[in-house]
Amino acid sequence: MSTTSKPPLVASAAAVVTAPRRRRSLGGYLFMPVLLALVLVFTFVSISRKDLDSTESKRLAFDYIVARTVEHLELTVISTLIVLVIAIPVGILLTRSFARPVTPFAIAFFNIGQAVPTIGLLLIFAIVWSIGFVPTVVALAAYTTLPVLRNTMVGLTQVDASVIESARGMGMTKLAVLTRIELPLAVPVIMAGLRTALTINVGTATLGAFIGAGTLGSLIVSGYSGNHPFITIIGGILVAVLALLVDYLAGLAEDFLRPRGL
Amino acid sequence: MTDTQQTAPDSGAAPDGGTIKIRLEDLAKRFAGQREPAVDDLSLEIPEGEIVIFVGPSGCGKTTTMKMINRIIEPSSGRIFLDEEDVTKVNPDHLRRRIGYVIQQIGLFPHATIANNIATVPKLLGWKKERISERVDELLETVGMDPGQYRDRYPKELSGGQRQRVGVARAMSADPDVMLMDEPFGAIDPITRDRLQNEFLRLQERIKKTIIFVTHDIDEAIKMGDRIAILREQSHIAQFDTPERILVNPADDFVADFIGRGASLKRLSLSRVRDVELHQWPTVEQGASRDEVHRLLEASDKSAVLVLDSQRRPVKWVNADHLQRAGGSRPLSELGLPAEAVVQPNATLSDTLNEMLSARYSTAIVVDSSNAYQGIVDIDTINETVRSLRRAEQGRLRGGDDEHEDS
Repeated sequence: MSTTSKPPLVASAAAVVTAPRRRRSLGGYLFMPVLLALVLVFTFVSISRKDLDSTESKRLAFDYIVARTVEHLELTVISTLIVLVIAIPVGILLTRSFARPVTPFAIAFFNIGQAVPTIGLLLIFAIVWSIGFVPTVVALAAYTTLPVLRNTMVGLTQVDASVIESARGMGMTKLAVLTRIELPLAVPVIMAGLRTALTINVGTATLGAFIGAGTLGSLIVSGYSGNHPFITIIGGILVAVLALLVDYLAGLAEDFLRPRGL
Repeated sequence: MTDTQQTAPDSGAAPDGGTIKIRLEDLAKRFAGQREPAVDDLSLEIPEGEIVIFVGPSGCGKTTTMKMINRIIEPSSGRIFLDEEDVTKVNPDHLRRRIGYVIQQIGLFPHATIANNIATVPKLLGWKKERISERVDELLETVGMDPGQYRDRYPKELSGGQRQRVGVARAMSADPDVMLMDEPFGAIDPITRDRLQNEFLRLQERIKKTIIFVTHDIDEAIKMGDRIAILREQSHIAQFDTPERILVNPADDFVADFIGRGASLKRLSLSRVRDVELHQWPTVEQGASRDEVHRLLEASDKSAVLVLDSQRRPVKWVNADHLQRAGGSRPLSELGLPAEAVVQPNATLSDTLNEMLSARYSTAIVVDSSNAYQGIVDIDTINETVRSLRRAEQGRLRGGDDEHEDS
């Protein structure tokens, strides 16, 4: 958290009001996209310069890479959306006073999803259920529900009790306290959980290649099994770039969704 | 002060002719898993427009009692009446919008601007935007904060004292008749606390709300309260009465212990200069001739005259000696002793005595809000006030028994 507020040249009341909303300097915001763009340029230049054999030219064709990237992003986004739709409402419910008796059981249940390795879950799904997009999404979502759920609960319970009491004391309904006080104040912590989930999902989606869900992982897998290390390396670089980009965007969202005044 | 008269729990609650704003009837609270009730069968009547203090040791149930009034804590049994309307079962959210609420930690919304914090209840009540914005500015001015400067700030940008003021402004936003204040000045440094207390008392003179104020500090209770309910465990009322009567005649040893020593001194902070009779003193304008001063001194039994400037502000004390020693032509304003120990009518006698002692005078000059001379309070007046207060209260409490202790 490097706040980069320089001492104001003119000491005025206004200087306090416009307290820095951004957490990073402009340079801090530009560093990552510029780096990623450079890596991508370097990657595509090396592809175009290399004499490709038939497998390589098929796997490293621009359209093929774009199609795999889209699959990869679809898996990531949809699994994260599912997590969001499950974990946040459940997190809200579990922090209500009436849910206190069932909270430990619910946590234990979602813990199963995270304790089982995703690759194991994927293979079990492949054997007993199906292969392709859907089981991969389910496995990813199962794995990352817990961090979001836990952060939602932590975010809501860390809201200052006196703030909630004063809100209730002024006659705000429970629902209004939740939507106008608790959730906005929990946003930074919930967003941190979502960012974690997103980052895990974008990395783990690579494993979808093992059960026919495509993704950039298929570059890695096919390069490895067909003894084409160049394809594997390019696949690895592209997965890394995508993961860093997604994490960077999530970080931006974190910064800009954080309520002012916190 | 032990004999016959014990203040029975209910006797003090009879309002002195005023209307009853809040009535608690057999109120009790039992928390799950606790054998003893936190509040046991409390009945109390709270008169309109007064500050009623709940004071007592930690854990006596005073905060629980207060929180049952706006039903932040739901009573286990008993009933609550507001304006003689039974509000024990009405929608608690609607009830709370009629009751201002200030807690020790204040609980401002950190993600909302000061204006939005203050606007909370008006928004819930569906006020129009312009009305809300006008009200916010008016309230900020009421609590002594410049709207232009503070409206759009966030709570973390304010000092503790400023947050407390915003908390009070927020509680008053929809102009509720009743305010509940739970140790509102508890987390503030002593100097700021004193200032905020005085500001609040001045404000209350104007707004005349019915206020229930919880504190554990008996000095704060005496200073702030029109009436004090001294509570012992389970919110049993040890005594419910005016500060004067509690100081003069504590109902039992518990109350006496709780008040602690120095009750006579505490009594001095109950009376204000405007409550006592002012003495008049010979005064002259600073341009007056010496003959005039001599004439005045001869005509009066006082040994000195008070010299005032053209706006009637006190300048100097001058006596015959000063005139003689100075001789010749020096103006009156350069003679004599400085007119120190100046107080305003709303100063307490305790403050006044303090002023006298630090100026080493036996009189204090009373001035109005524009610092113009009004009269004199002397040390005998203070002494006599304390004594007569004590006599009157004891006489009343003992049913006209004229035996009294001298202080």
